[in-house]
Amino acid sequence: MTHTTTLDWTAVCPLDRLEPNRGVAALVDGVQVALFHTVDGLFAIDNRDPVSGAYVLSRGIVGSRGGVPTVASPLHKQVYDLRNGDCLDLPGMAVARHDTRCHDGIVEVRLRREG
Amino acid sequence: MSGQDLVVIGNGMVGQRFVDALRARDPQGRWRVTVLAEEGRPAYDRVRLSAYFDGVSEDELNVHTPHDGVRLRLGEPATAIDRARRVVTTAAGEYAYDALVLATGSYPFVPQVPGAELPGVFVYRTLDDLAAIRTYAQGRRVGAVIGGGLLGLEAANALRLLGLSTDVVEFAPRLMPVQVDQAGGAMLRRYVEELGVRTHLGVATTAIRAGADGAVAALELSDGRVVDAELVVVAAGIRPRDELARAAGLPLGPRGGVLVDETCRSADEHIWAVGECAAVDGTCHGLVAPGYATAEVVADRLVGGAATFPGADTATKLKLLGVDVASFGDAHGATEGCLDVTFTDPATRVYAKLVLSDDAHTLLGGVLVGDASAYPTLRASVGGPLPAAPLALLAPEGGGADAGALPATAQVCSCNAVTRGDVDDAIAGGCADVPALKACTRAGTSCGSCVPMLKQLLDAAGVAQSTALCEHFDVSRRELFEIVRVRGIRTFSQLIAEHGRGRGCDICKPVVASILASLGSGHVLDGEQASLQDTNDHFLANLQRDGSYSVVPRIPGGEITPEKLIVIGEVARDFQLYTKITGGQRIDLFGARVEQLPQIWRRLVDAGFESGHAYGKALRTVKSCVGETWCRYGVQDSVGLAVALELRYRGLRAPHKLKSAVSGCARECAEARSKDFGIIATETGWNLYVGGNGGFRPRHADLFATDLSTEELVTLIDRFLIYYIRTADRLQRTAGWIEAMDGGLDHLRAVIVDDSLGLCADLDAAMARHVTSYSDEWRDVLDDPERLRRYTSFVNAPDVPDPSITFAVERGQPVPARALTTTRSTPADARRQPVTLGLPEVRR
Ligand SMILES: Cc1cc2nc3c(=O)[nH]c(=O)nc-3n(C[C@H](O)[C@H](O)[C@H](O)COP(=O)(O)OP(=O)(O)OC[C@H]3O[C@@H](n4cnc5c(N)ncnc54)[C@H](O)[C@@H]3O)c2cc1C
Ligand code: SF4
Repeated sequence: MTHTTTLDWTAVCPLDRLEPNRGVAALVDGVQVALFHTVDGLFAIDNRDPVSGAYVLSRGIVGSRGGVPTVASPLHKQVYDLRNGDCLDLPGMAVARHDTRCHDGIVEVRLRREG
Repeated sequence: MSGQDLVVIGNGMVGQRFVDALRARDPQGRWRVTVLAEEGRPAYDRVRLSAYFDGVSEDELNVHTPHDGVRLRLGEPATAIDRARRVVTTAAGEYAYDALVLATGSYPFVPQVPGAELPGVFVYRTLDDLAAIRTYAQGRRVGAVIGGGLLGLEAANALRLLGLSTDVVEFAPRLMPVQVDQAGGAMLRRYVEELGVRTHLGVATTAIRAGADGAVAALELSDGRVVDAELVVVAAGIRPRDELARAAGLPLGPRGGVLVDETCRSADEHIWAVGECAAVDGTCHGLVAPGYATAEVVADRLVGGAATFPGADTATKLKLLGVDVASFGDAHGATEGCLDVTFTDPATRVYAKLVLSDDAHTLLGGVLVGDASAYPTLRASVGGPLPAAPLALLAPEGGGADAGALPATAQVCSCNAVTRGDVDDAIAGGCADVPALKACTRAGTSCGSCVPMLKQLLDAAGVAQSTALCEHFDVSRRELFEIVRVRGIRTFSQLIAEHGRGRGCDICKPVVASILASLGSGHVLDGEQASLQDTNDHFLANLQRDGSYSVVPRIPGGEITPEKLIVIGEVARDFQLYTKITGGQRIDLFGARVEQLPQIWRRLVDAGFESGHAYGKALRTVKSCVGETWCRYGVQDSVGLAVALELRYRGLRAPHKLKSAVSGCARECAEARSKDFGIIATETGWNLYVGGNGGFRPRHADLFATDLSTEELVTLIDRFLIYYIRTADRLQRTAGWIEAMDGGLDHLRAVIVDDSLGLCADLDAAMARHVTSYSDEWRDVLDDPERLRRYTSFVNAPDVPDPSITFAVERGQPVPARALTTTRSTPADARRQPVTLGLPEVRR
């Protein structure tokens, strides 16, 4: 999948609003983003579970598979690579991932959209 | 061969498998591939097509994988093949080829009866067909299917799911005439009719009649009867789509189909055919397994290999309308001099037949109706000696035919043509569990019916199957429980640092969360524990399909005051929640958004309700009948006991959900025997039953102890529950736990009645701790601003409701907007997939 970066950084919330190893949903420029703060860093992917169509990935369980940081969909348990949004259980399935960083204690997100 | 052009016509299941297989064998991309597809969407799983009526989305049916160097032209059918110039024409242009693969599948055959073209008459082949059927079925009440074969029964089930009363008309004197014999067909018919599907056998449809509006209204049958039908599905067979080949002058098979040899090549050396459109040595195959075999053959040939078509495995097993039907090998006993062994049990409604060679030594085929558990082993044994005595194989509990006795050539996975020898080689090569075998041999990756056999083969090879919970912990749940208990560990971080590896996952985290909760490590949302809970426990509510939650207050024993009933009604009205009274004696409120949960709980808690734990692996409900208080038969106070038990065990976390019920007499109105622990009153005390459950594999509970006083009863249940919580595997219900126990029920009795292990005092103390430390989880959240912060829609816009959650109105109540278009008035038992080949694939 090719991505183009379309927008600027948007400030979302203070870093301490993210519980360690748990996601939250954020609304960035109308897009629902799932944000995670894990031991491996900050990650942002689309909140939409592509299998069910429900906006729930932020509520999945965070973990690892073979060293890769992951989140499992809370609906049907498919596991996604937090770094690039690839689904590790269904080849060819993926969710968009977005850029995220922490700047002066504030989490920021920059959307990437398919281009 | 460098940089050659390959054109594939058709992107169905087999066309796609062919492209996958070629790409796997041609990593350098010597072939540039163009796939021309008539349908507007990429390949999907036609075998599971009917699951679409069960709410499975197009996405989930998708089987298409994009590959580099393959271009897919959707909605661009091939219109002609010019063999002299080697080009394929479409409306958009021409495609030159060095090799051409036809993968055009079949079309549904519609017999020439008057009225076949009327509006309301459908075929059953593509997703578009199904979408059209669903739309047309809205508001209609009666449907009919022409054809009582595999596909026709599948279509009949679909109509049933759409809420239509359904008739099936079959020309042959029995259902599924191709797969099943007369006696099996008769048994099958009883099952089908019991579901309310009427069957008309041995009759033809002579005309399809229109009503006043010009759309279909009825079928006329050859015996003069008329069957009302506002919607008709024709499932009378399929014909290969060979029109392009025919126009290009290629030889066809005797009954149509592109004639190819055992290498799947046609008379033109540049043209190949795969899947249902191919007549391999003259025969077309209407199943996906032989289709996949042709795909592998051609892929191999195109990279210079020498594969040939191995012959078709026409075995079928279907799980249809909840009925097991399987047929394999020479099911009709066509072999000269063959012998039959049959077994019919009208009571359990099981029919089985084995066809043996004239010396009774070789298994040739068979038919199973009602119980097909022996199917995987039997199918794999075709052509070889029987793996056990015939009666042992066919008797209902005899499904344990030993896979270890199979010869190396026996086909274990027919979808992917994997033999026992292949599996053994993979095991010898280091595959130590089923996932590894799947990845390495592909066995078990299609219909999944051979997965149990893979396990048996691992056992037979002496591979100790790992009891590891997941990649993060090498021990089982039971061992983990002991580690946590004995070492006094209170956090996941400490546990994984000392006894595991990595970061954990959605398997081990909830297990550890449950263990910590069972050992009294505080509120499930305390500190780090919060990050371990799955979403239900995290939000103390049940996640529903659209991302909203349901709220279920506890109503102990189903007993409720009018005041409380009114509060529930008011809350539901004020928050516009869908309201349903469930089988567990609860009132479920559906459609709450995350940020509404605390407000809803506030109102409920203030009115004296608490969490019903419908979300947790915890005690769900203790159902009851009205008992001696009101019922003229009742001999004890079933409601009083149910309330007491429910309050005692509320909030108890376990490896799986727990259900219970109390009946006031042997008439059993509370269905106590389908519960993990059930109690039935007698004149002389309580009878305790354990290990029952409803659900996927329903099982009656076993009688554990009789004539108990209330005190004795409670002590036994206490011990039963704590012992279960400590020693069961992950997601193991009490039934499976007892079955897996060495010594079974007797052992359980020894441990918790006779204290054979000296554990009872400890078990009693553990339950006492649970009972005294209970506090309502909802109230705890409401009292804690830190925890309350979690209940926001968006971290940066806490008051914006999730815009993806929208409702429509059905029967006067809100329902998810999406669900209206995916599952319309689906009966509860229809959640089962209408048809899969073999067992449904098991998702972790
Ligand atoms: C409801 C249903 C249930 C089934 N259940 C089972 C089962 O339980 N077990 C089992 O083994 N099999 C089952 N089958 C059969 C199985 O689905 C088929 O054997 C399999 O899909 C055949 O694959 P195929 O690729 O050959 O054909 P198809 O999947 O039909 O694909 C052919 C594709 O080619 C396209 N095409 C045709 N002509 C052209 C053209 N000129 N240009 C471009 N594209 C063209 C068609 O539109 C189609 O998409 C079932 C079928 C149905 C419909
Ligand atoms: S189980 Fe017995 S006591 Fe309870 S309602 Fe039924 S008949 Fe009455």
